[in-house]
Amino acid sequence: MATIAERQVAPLAGTVSATGARPKTAYWPFVVPAVAVVGSVIVFPWVFTVWMSMHEWTVGGARRFTGLSNYMRLASDERFLTSVGHTLVYTLLAVVLPLIFGTLAALIFNSRLPFRGVLRGVFVMPMMATPVAVALVWTMMFHPQLGVLNYLLSLVGIGPQAWVFNPSTVIPSLVLVETWQWTPLVMLIVLGGLAAIPTEPYESAAIDGATVLQRFRYITLPMIAPFLMVAVIIRTIDALKSFDIIYAITQGGPGTASETINLYLYSVAFAYYDVGYGSAIAVVFFAIVIALSLLMLHLRQRTKWTDVQA
Amino acid sequence: MSFRKAANSLGLLFVGLVLVSPAVLFFLWMASLSLKFEVDNAAYPPILIPERFAWKNYTGVFESNRFGLFFLNSLIVTGAATGLALLIGVPAGYGIARMKATKAAVVVLIARMTPGLSYLIPLFLLFQWLGLMGTLVPQIIAHLVITVPIVIWIMIGYFETTPLELEEAAVIDGANRWHVFRYIALPIAKPGITVAFILAVIFSWNNFVFGIVLAGRETRTLPVAVYNMLSFEQLSWGPLAASALIVTLPVLVLTIVAQRQIVAGLTAGAVKGG
Repeated sequence: MATIAERQVAPLAGTVSATGARPKTAYWPFVVPAVAVVGSVIVFPWVFTVWMSMHEWTVGGARRFTGLSNYMRLASDERFLTSVGHTLVYTLLAVVLPLIFGTLAALIFNSRLPFRGVLRGVFVMPMMATPVAVALVWTMMFHPQLGVLNYLLSLVGIGPQAWVFNPSTVIPSLVLVETWQWTPLVMLIVLGGLAAIPTEPYESAAIDGATVLQRFRYITLPMIAPFLMVAVIIRTIDALKSFDIIYAITQGGPGTASETINLYLYSVAFAYYDVGYGSAIAVVFFAIVIALSLLMLHLRQRTKWTDVQA
Repeated sequence: MSFRKAANSLGLLFVGLVLVSPAVLFFLWMASLSLKFEVDNAAYPPILIPERFAWKNYTGVFESNRFGLFFLNSLIVTGAATGLALLIGVPAGYGIARMKATKAAVVVLIARMTPGLSYLIPLFLLFQWLGLMGTLVPQIIAHLVITVPIVIWIMIGYFETTPLELEEAAVIDGANRWHVFRYIALPIAKPGITVAFILAVIFSWNNFVFGIVLAGRETRTLPVAVYNMLSFEQLSWGPLAASALIVTLPVLVLTIVAQRQIVAGLTAGAVKGG
């Protein structure tokens, strides 16, 4: 199946389909219901959000057009700016760590592992598990007195940590959960890349006497680079949007130490019911996600790749 | 040589076990928490396997009639959202693939990038205005935001790979487009539909954010219900862990049973909703 960037850049075909002289319009009836649904539950909310963001509007209160003043307010809203910082730190960590562990895991799964199928099934389980259920158990594990994590640390001689209860360790602790859950997705993507590498380069490298590290650096890495980029793009989007785990474990706390844009958006829109200002946050948040995704796609075009089949 | 081979694969097996240990230990500990009495859950050093099992943690969850209600809610929301998505998304995927309308796929891609919460403000106001709050309809519609893109995305990819020759032959024999789809394209696409179905079910079942905003006291789905237990019963870990395990168990079982389809679907589009 084609990957994201490919589908985006694939040329549009002419008006005649591959089936012969059949005009493309003949397929419209198949698409119309989906267009109606996507239009009303996806496109309409986008447009309506932009419109709302230009109003002073609270649920149950009056509505007043205020132009761009909500956006001006954002620029000087310290809580918002802090949440942007938290989001970026969280995202950076929640992309890099799963990328490293996922790539390592993929290299191992690509070797002649006994019971490969079963092990892969177990390995994938964290990412399919219900995030709230997972978060709940992690909350118990993070408990400073009764949690199993501090006990495990004590076994290797490390003192107890406050984990999500300390402002300075809360984000890394949440990233730990995120990494535990989403490393398997990176592994699956990279494993797809490894499976596509032909054996010839390794054979000639073996003849030339290349070391394991050299083979990885000069053959494997360039070959899987496009897949790593796909993993980075997907992880970036998901980490930026992360909500369930943060909300269920800390609700953005302690204080606002783990409040990301998404969490702040939730508070403004659904705790204070300030939907006008909330919409402005949603628009800026959306812009950040799109901007970072486009940046990644641009970087991806620059990584040398010819034909990526995931 | 063969001894070395055996030692090698034994070593690899060990590495493999280390690899899956974070997942295995986590779920083991989850099960352990859910089967212990409060005394054992509060013990230090922690106990993995208690002397007596607290089965009452599970029976307690099942006996509460509210749990039955929330389970039914989850079933209805996930069932309806997935069913509707297949009904709409499979023909759409077919149409888009045959028209080679790649621009339509970009909309699906942007939908994938949009934070789930940002759909909720307009939808929330709309549902309030329509007087639908307090029913399951808002959640079913909101879940379409996740399930429809998943189904369309996977089906485009699948129909792009199915052969056109049979369809062309049928057209020559005088079949209309609907019949071609119904009797030729659809049967071939069954594996793709299975993948789309499974992923849509999982991500709809797991969804939390739509529930906390749109669900009332009687319309909570399981993830929301479990989260509410967390805020009100923080001290009783056993029943909490038991209900968490019950919520996620259907998904975990599905993951094991349909591992191949899930892996194929995820590597194809790497779709996740919310």
